[in-house]
Amino acid sequence: MSNLEKYNLVFLETFEIEENSLNDKLIYQSIPQWDSVGHMGLIAALEDTFDIMFDTDDIVEFNSYEKGKEFMKKYNVEL
Amino acid sequence: MAGENKGMIFDKLQDFGSQIALVDDKKNEITYRELTIQADQITNNMKSRSIVFSMCQNSIESVTGYVGFLRNDIVPVLLSSDIDVSLFDILCETYAPAYIWCPKEKAAMAKNTKCIYEYRHYVLLETNFTQDYSLNEELALLLTTSGSTGSPKLVRQSKENLISNTKSIVEYLKILNTDRAITTLPMNYTYGLSILNTHLYCGATMILTEASLMNKEFWTLIKEQKATTFGGVPYIYEILKKLRFSEMDLPSLRYLTQAGGKLSKEMAEEFNDICVKKKIQMIIMYGQTEATARMSYLPWENAAKKAGSIGIAIPGGKFELIDTDDKIIYDTECTGELIYYGDNVTLGYAENRWDLSKGDENNKRLCTGDMAKRDKDGFYYIVGRKKRFLKIFGNRVNLDEVESLLKREEIENVCVGTDDHMRIYITDPQKESIVKQYIINHTKISSRGFTVHLIEKIPRNESGKVLYSALGEKE
Repeated sequence: MSNLEKYNLVFLETFEIEENSLNDKLIYQSIPQWDSVGHMGLIAALEDTFDIMFDTDDIVEFNSYEKGKEFMKKYNVEL
Repeated sequence: MAGENKGMIFDKLQDFGSQIALVDDKKNEITYRELTIQADQITNNMKSRSIVFSMCQNSIESVTGYVGFLRNDIVPVLLSSDIDVSLFDILCETYAPAYIWCPKEKAAMAKNTKCIYEYRHYVLLETNFTQDYSLNEELALLLTTSGSTGSPKLVRQSKENLISNTKSIVEYLKILNTDRAITTLPMNYTYGLSILNTHLYCGATMILTEASLMNKEFWTLIKEQKATTFGGVPYIYEILKKLRFSEMDLPSLRYLTQAGGKLSKEMAEEFNDICVKKKIQMIIMYGQTEATARMSYLPWENAAKKAGSIGIAIPGGKFELIDTDDKIIYDTECTGELIYYGDNVTLGYAENRWDLSKGDENNKRLCTGDMAKRDKDGFYYIVGRKKRFLKIFGNRVNLDEVESLLKREEIENVCVGTDDHMRIYITDPQKESIVKQYIINHTKISSRGFTVHLIEKIPRNESGKVLYSALGEKE
């Protein structure tokens, strides 16, 4: 599985959404599941999947599906 | 009596004059003098001793309206401005409010109303309900019992309740007029409200924001506005841990509080260590809406030694443990139901508008429904719960209410679980996804707070009673 597929799978499983929801409209609080509790779950799942540890600033700035991709690069995860 | 109490906790706020009362995340500020003038103006054309639905946000308008209502003997029902429309309708029919105080964009939710006042982004709507009920003269405020399952049941809080609990909290937390509290909880939630009440009572500053701890804006604001304190339910402490609060540089923070559910002993110890290093006081507390807000606190000097404890009763309050025969337990380390006595024990519940004329039904004694024990030094520890409810991310969820909610949709089900994890057992395999979606759409329960499980049939005893033990629950 590619890193992009893994990244997508984290979103699909954490929020229980369909593949077609993975677009630039998927942002923090745009769906009920992505609230502060959901965000915590998302961050934890990404950290586990890629064996990384986010900086605090990145956790609170990680506010969209697309923007998140850029953050992954910072942690040496090429999508 | 009623005359003497008029205005009560907020009746002297104008004396704080040019001190800043409220500041929001757009840098709007208002002083105490402005707050009281604006607050009183909102209520100018309102009938005294009437009911207003106050649709809450952490905003200047929302707080100003609330202050005005309490100062002018109008009884607010505090509700979330994000309330489910169908629940809002049920509440309107049940309590026939004379007024609705809400954000402009929510005004359409209230049918058959006329706008009689505007203040910034809020409007005061007059309804055409007939007030075919009377209000008990002690009644000051009404709060919902559960933010999530949509029960229209309210807790009736009196003037005395509010003043006694506010004074007690101010005393044990030693709140200063130089404190600056930032909001982390909604003001229609008893814990969030008690932070607001106590800080205004002291002439301190409230920093108002709708941003959650997972928003960058929150952390920018806490630094810019030099917040000295905030409160958190257990999941907020989980977030703080995830955000590595221990590494954060927030020199203005003076004290933190925790309530709204039990923080595990490990988390309590971990956060106490972090706070000691940062020279921040961390105070664990315990309470219920039925006790206005707070019943106990763990003095921070004892935090390390008594981690996992809810502490001792607040000033003016008293705890007692009783056994199953209602006899008082005097031995230490013995489990019994926790009973609380104090002036902050609320009058009782209301299930409809006629209940609003009722007086005190509790006589200052509250059966908390929590099972607890006391150690040899007089510190209390919650060990379990007598009533069937869970705390899911800080919100109280009554399992019986969730069950009946689903039953109304003709879904056979049983709900059990532990805090932050409710388990819904159903028998119809075709309903699995419907249940999940229904709970998400019709309650405020987070999808991460519950799971749905399929079983062949609901385990019951001969008399038809559900055997919760067969579903992994302690009886």
